[in-house]
Amino acid sequence: MTGLSHDVLIVGGGLAGLRAAVGLCDKYDVALLSKVHPIRSHSIAAQGGINAALANNPDSRDDTWEKHAFDTIKGSDYLADQDAVEVMCREAPGIVYEMEHWGCPFSRFPDGSIAQRPFGGAGYPRTCYSTDLTGHVLLNTLYERAVMKGVRVYPEWYVTALATHDGVCHGVAAFDLMNGEIVPITAKATVFATGGYGRVYFYSTNALINTGSGIGIAYKAGVPLKDMEFVQFHPTGLIGTNILMTEACRGEGGYLVNNRDERFMERYAPKAMELAPRDIVSRSIQTEINEGRGFDHPLGTYIKLDLTHLGEKKILAKLPGIRKICIDFIGIDPIREPIPIMPCQHYSMGGIDTNAKTATEVRGFFAAGECACVSVHGGNRLGGNSLLETIVFGKMAAGAVDEYLSRETVSPKDEIVLRAARETDGKMTALTAGGKEKTFALHGELARTMSTNVGIFRERAEMEKALEEIGRIGERYRDIGVSSPDRHMNYELMNAVELEYMIEVAHTIAHGALLREESRGAHSRRDFPKRDDETWLRHTIARMNGDGSVGISFRDVTITRYQPMERVY
Amino acid sequence: MITTTAYTFKILRSDRKRPDERPWFQTYRVKVIPGLTVLAVLNRIRDEIDGTLSFRSSCRSAVCGSCAMVINGRIDLACRTQVASFGANTIILEPLPNMEIIKDLVVDMTPFWRMYEKVRPWLVRRTPDPGKEIEQSEEERSRIDQFVNCILCACCYGACPVIARDPEYLGPAALAKLERFILDSRDERPDDFLDTVNDEKGVWGCDTVLRCIEACPKDVRPTDSIVGLRKALVKKKARQLLGMKK
Repeated sequence: MTGLSHDVLIVGGGLAGLRAAVGLCDKYDVALLSKVHPIRSHSIAAQGGINAALANNPDSRDDTWEKHAFDTIKGSDYLADQDAVEVMCREAPGIVYEMEHWGCPFSRFPDGSIAQRPFGGAGYPRTCYSTDLTGHVLLNTLYERAVMKGVRVYPEWYVTALATHDGVCHGVAAFDLMNGEIVPITAKATVFATGGYGRVYFYSTNALINTGSGIGIAYKAGVPLKDMEFVQFHPTGLIGTNILMTEACRGEGGYLVNNRDERFMERYAPKAMELAPRDIVSRSIQTEINEGRGFDHPLGTYIKLDLTHLGEKKILAKLPGIRKICIDFIGIDPIREPIPIMPCQHYSMGGIDTNAKTATEVRGFFAAGECACVSVHGGNRLGGNSLLETIVFGKMAAGAVDEYLSRETVSPKDEIVLRAARETDGKMTALTAGGKEKTFALHGELARTMSTNVGIFRERAEMEKALEEIGRIGERYRDIGVSSPDRHMNYELMNAVELEYMIEVAHTIAHGALLREESRGAHSRRDFPKRDDETWLRHTIARMNGDGSVGISFRDVTITRYQPMERVY
Repeated sequence: MITTTAYTFKILRSDRKRPDERPWFQTYRVKVIPGLTVLAVLNRIRDEIDGTLSFRSSCRSAVCGSCAMVINGRIDLACRTQVASFGANTIILEPLPNMEIIKDLVVDMTPFWRMYEKVRPWLVRRTPDPGKEIEQSEEERSRIDQFVNCILCACCYGACPVIARDPEYLGPAALAKLERFILDSRDERPDDFLDTVNDEKGVWGCDTVLRCIEACPKDVRPTDSIVGLRKALVKKKARQLLGMKK
């Protein structure tokens, strides 16, 4: 096994990872590892926009970062750490300007400033966008910047394990997919920017690569996770494929309509209507469906997202990507017909426990973006805040790594990284030794139980059932068999390695959800329908016990100036 | 009730690590429900029939550009191609042309990215950044619309007959990317930057047979960019001949 060595490893080539790499590459020997080419990362699929209180919209001249912070905290159902939210919202305008200066082609207002649109849960139209391709343009811009700066990229290298010892990170073990080799890589600092865990759910808007295995890898290496029970369900996933229909559809004026031709949101959020936060809109849609007011379809029951009244001109100008997806994937032109939608898993609020500077409990190990939980989203993330989080905290990670490496003398040890690589090698050999279980079948069962039993509405008996099933799936995992021992371009093998981590991620979600006996943000318990600030205004911190069980501790939420109030929209 | 239709998928298989084996078509029979995409079937084949099959995929919604391939002779993304769209029950899948095959439907895209990097694909600025955004009118922004839409999937690169005979030709995607910056009102790259593409490896290599436009899944027209760059070069030359400075 030939090893590699770099000062800093960034794992993940989406917005958070690229921003961290761009911020460090002038001063350090940086390597970015990504299991797909960076431009294929899931940041590319973000549609609606990125929030910043620029006050460009004529309707938002008095917008401020403090108002953005308030909306974010209220949206989080007061679980977000307010100091971290303040940092993110204060940084937001500078981040958007920086991306613009680096070439990001934002849509424009007639006065030449960056265009901003209304989004859910926001008091002002502050979501900056580029039609409905905002993630696409931001990722391209940051990748262009990385190319300009000559960032060293290892494309299609999948990190299989984190090498930690005595609370210090020494690097990773990586799987070079093209050559089929396992490579130990030492580093003084490692940053995970590995994305969310959407594929732990059966109905998800997420890309197929979003397995959340980075979160599971950190957890298995002894890094605690935070608030894993908070899972965002997006109100509008296309029926069948579950492709995201951006919140901008409603931001631009789209309606949600049931089979009685009612804009039912007036019963749930009379003021905000379709632009209430996602947790509320998703629950409203699911309630309409559960109570028989949806439309039947061979692919499931749906609600209509109606854009037809917006007119051809506005749809072509503001939502061209949505129109193209609808035509390509369901044969519907939204200019003429409503879009059939259902709520789908969309975003991971929980993740690797970090502080507001992206540092974790393990020295030399940092995390940023969707895989991390700072927490700036708390119980429910507002649309337009995830793109913001990736870039703000990607930049923060660069700062934190620099500070760490300037302060401490770090000497990562080859033998610790080599041990991690040997473990991966052993695992892969075992996986190809002819077990009778199949990865896709176990993954399907895992995802189904999560969607059915740890979904939008939750209750004790269902979650206990989910935990039992996850346990059984974990047992059966030991007997997985991969078809071919050839490791190069062996996606079945990579998926099998990832599944082990996905099971752990699902385990922590279900465990946290069962434990949290209240309803807050996206975590909605039928058996505990009220928010309980007395007991539960705190984060859950999950650690893996020696016997594989989840150990939970609690941490108070940081409150600066926004006292918890009832959440009405 | 959903009725299924039986399909035969013939997939070109090969492995760079087994150079002694000749590429061969492997046949898979699958039952498909209406509305299923080629990518959905590929996933099913890998999951349920043959775990050794290699292909790239990610977003499954035609935005990440991973799954470009040749589908019944036509280059497209597998994720946005409906199995039923061919009016035939046999689907033939081959890897993207003009690049070396690594395994099955996975090609080595290194040359594609090398060409991309050659055009210096980033916004060049010489004026110091203002404290806020660099202003750009809606009209100026709209000039780059179609080129901004490029997802770098390499469908055009695979379709280009010039690359087939001259691997050093920049190709449609890189030239479209260059035009995206040349047309951007904020870009301040020196005028003579265009000289770097003023030859047969650059804008003059194009046959203008529009295969790239036909292949693009995102309605980008790379040929427009090549024609645009040629015009800019001709104008520049004319100005020089007339002794004009700018």
